[in-house]
Amino acid sequence: MFKQLKTITGGLMALCMPVAAMMAATNSVKAADPTEVRIMWYSDGNEGDVMRDLLDRFEKQNPDIKVMLDRVPYKTVVEQLPALLDSGQGPDLARVTDLGGLSRHYLDLRPHLKNAKYFDDNFASSLPWFRPATGNKDGIYGVMSQLALTLPLVNTTLFQQAGIPLPGPKATWDDWAKASKAVADKVKAPYPMAFDRSGHRISGMSISMGGKFIDGDKPALVDAGFKSAMKNLVDWHANGAMSKALWGSVGGTTYRGATEEFANAQVVFYMSGTWQFTQFAKTVAKNFEWQAVANPCGPAACTGMPGGAALVPIKATKNPQAVARVVEYFASEPVYEEYHARTLFLPAHAGLAKKGINYVTDDANVKKSLAIAVEQVAQTSPIAFKFQGYEHNRILFNAMISRVNQAISGEMSLDDAYTRMQADIVEGFAAKGIKLQ
Amino acid sequence: MTHQATDQGSRTLSAHFARGFGLAYTALMRALEPPFAAIQKRVGIKGMAYVFVAPNMIIFSVFVALPMILNIWYALTGSNRLMIGERPFVGLDNFSALLDCKDYLDVNSCKQDRFWRAVHNSVLFVALQVTAMVALSLVTALILNGKLRARGFFRAVFFFPVLLSPVVVALIWKWILQRDGLLNALLLSSGGERVAFLHDASWSFFWTVFVSVWAHMGFYALILLAGLQAIPADLYEAAEMDGTPKWRVFWRITVPLLLPTLLVVVILSLIRAVQAFDEIYVLTGGGPGTATQFIVQYIYETAFANQVHLLGLAAAASLLVAVVLMVLTLLQLRISYHGKTS
Repeated sequence: MFKQLKTITGGLMALCMPVAAMMAATNSVKAADPTEVRIMWYSDGNEGDVMRDLLDRFEKQNPDIKVMLDRVPYKTVVEQLPALLDSGQGPDLARVTDLGGLSRHYLDLRPHLKNAKYFDDNFASSLPWFRPATGNKDGIYGVMSQLALTLPLVNTTLFQQAGIPLPGPKATWDDWAKASKAVADKVKAPYPMAFDRSGHRISGMSISMGGKFIDGDKPALVDAGFKSAMKNLVDWHANGAMSKALWGSVGGTTYRGATEEFANAQVVFYMSGTWQFTQFAKTVAKNFEWQAVANPCGPAACTGMPGGAALVPIKATKNPQAVARVVEYFASEPVYEEYHARTLFLPAHAGLAKKGINYVTDDANVKKSLAIAVEQVAQTSPIAFKFQGYEHNRILFNAMISRVNQAISGEMSLDDAYTRMQADIVEGFAAKGIKLQ
Repeated sequence: MTHQATDQGSRTLSAHFARGFGLAYTALMRALEPPFAAIQKRVGIKGMAYVFVAPNMIIFSVFVALPMILNIWYALTGSNRLMIGERPFVGLDNFSALLDCKDYLDVNSCKQDRFWRAVHNSVLFVALQVTAMVALSLVTALILNGKLRARGFFRAVFFFPVLLSPVVVALIWKWILQRDGLLNALLLSSGGERVAFLHDASWSFFWTVFVSVWAHMGFYALILLAGLQAIPADLYEAAEMDGTPKWRVFWRITVPLLLPTLLVVVILSLIRAVQAFDEIYVLTGGGPGTATQFIVQYIYETAFANQVHLLGLAAAASLLVAVVLMVLTLLQLRISYHGKTS
């Protein structure tokens, strides 16, 4: 028996030897392995593919760094990334839209950049958007991967079919609501107007109506301008200018876009933003004509909301130098220009904005829309820029979207919704350790 | 000849394999013997039971007990931070915020109105869904227990939805019920008008109950069917010989003898209804407004979906739900125990 046991043990050892040798070999290879940088990335259009292509070039130029582009749905960035960051984990870089809300997790790249002045010169207007309140006052905590602006997209073919002219560049919200309803009634389109179900999307209308949102560093959501905008939304749902089928199909703060409905020519007027251009170039193609139009006017302004996504370095990274090299590469003028030209995004780079980008598209709808979008950026209200840079703006967005939805569905009056919004904001700030009352 | 050779070969091979396996097993047992003998010497023969249970207990502690303790701790702390060390202790503040109501029947008088809307919705959902579920399961089980052509086929048909993922169930029904869905297409083609099945509060609530019953009824029908088949056939034969009417047979034989099974079904479906989330979240997202937002969705959204994560409030709400579920489970255990002893 002992002999047999010896045989088995011997056999096992013989089996283990090649494995041990392989492990040793792997370890020796590991010593020369490139540094790995992980990016959590979501996409609206083709930006993931373009980014991967650019990163492949980066890896060829920098064989000591390997960049893993982890493509995730947007929901993952919104719901799971914050928990990962809070627990000290997460990627080295992430593409986020809650620029201020997650800022306490960002790494100041200034000490690690070769040419920090380049960032100061070209990204000055967006750098404060992701600086944490308690952070370095001139810190570089990321770079915009897309400057976006909320604006309406209009199905011009439906207008032509209805024989109704497009309202002009200074048209009011009322003008657009009436025109869209008239077109929809005539051509039997189910959705005269559609808004993405997002606080960000309705904030531009509110500012146009006179809304201020913040007073100093404190939230001041409910004012006359804001009330006018919310009343519009409720009235439009009541009179059929907006359909409950879109906002009513989800609850709470859940995002709901109308991209599919727009691409199927069911929507006349779609309040969304510049990030949809690439998608519609593909999904609408030549099925019908569409274009972005100037933001409708209210008594105070004719503005949309700026925003977008940023590539931010995460404080918990073990490779700040490698992360800085990736960001520096991405932000460098030729790479940044190519990225924006191919994704059809607006650049946050001052030099490129001035010079203009030669976008890679033959789509006449997109070309027209990009020209309008560039014009609209210049006309965006300073209040909108300030609110976009406000660290706690998501608390306000959440409060307004969930409560106005309850007013729309008839669960509460608009006045009760305002009271609840204020209470939600106090609760949200309290959770962040800030007492408002 | 060739077949014989192959058979012999495979027999030799399996004999070798069995011998090899036996040798390896013996070797392993022998190798384990000294350490276990040492442990037994230390803890005694009775203590060995705990040694054998220990691996399972460790897994249970890490994946069940520890998260439960953490949940209680979260309920007693505030802020939107995830790490326990960064969360300030707030005592029972989260519970008092949830229970702060002037009138529990008027959700607008409650500080956390969304929690109470979810509670009200859940209570109504549980009442309607469990009643419908038990009634329809019983009817289905009675039909499937009778003399029916292609009985096996129908049993499979009713059980099939149970095998589907809740997300698949919800997506199928969403496709049927949406504005441009199958049901509206049928209505329009038959000259009717389009109905907002998922965007009108009452319709939306009705469909959450309907879909939930459709998806799970097969499971409960199967339990009841087993209960029906356990009723001795001679009772029915005796009743038939006495010329007892069918409705009397049902109320005097079937119902009393099926009662323990029926009670188990009621309790199980109650627990399941309180926990309802996945299908409804995909089907209606809790909308329109909060018309179909139930308690588990409230907990999920408060903790994770809203961009300010109120983990303490969500943990406190989940503990309140746990109390309700615990009461229901104790009730079920009591009924099961009573059923066995009687």
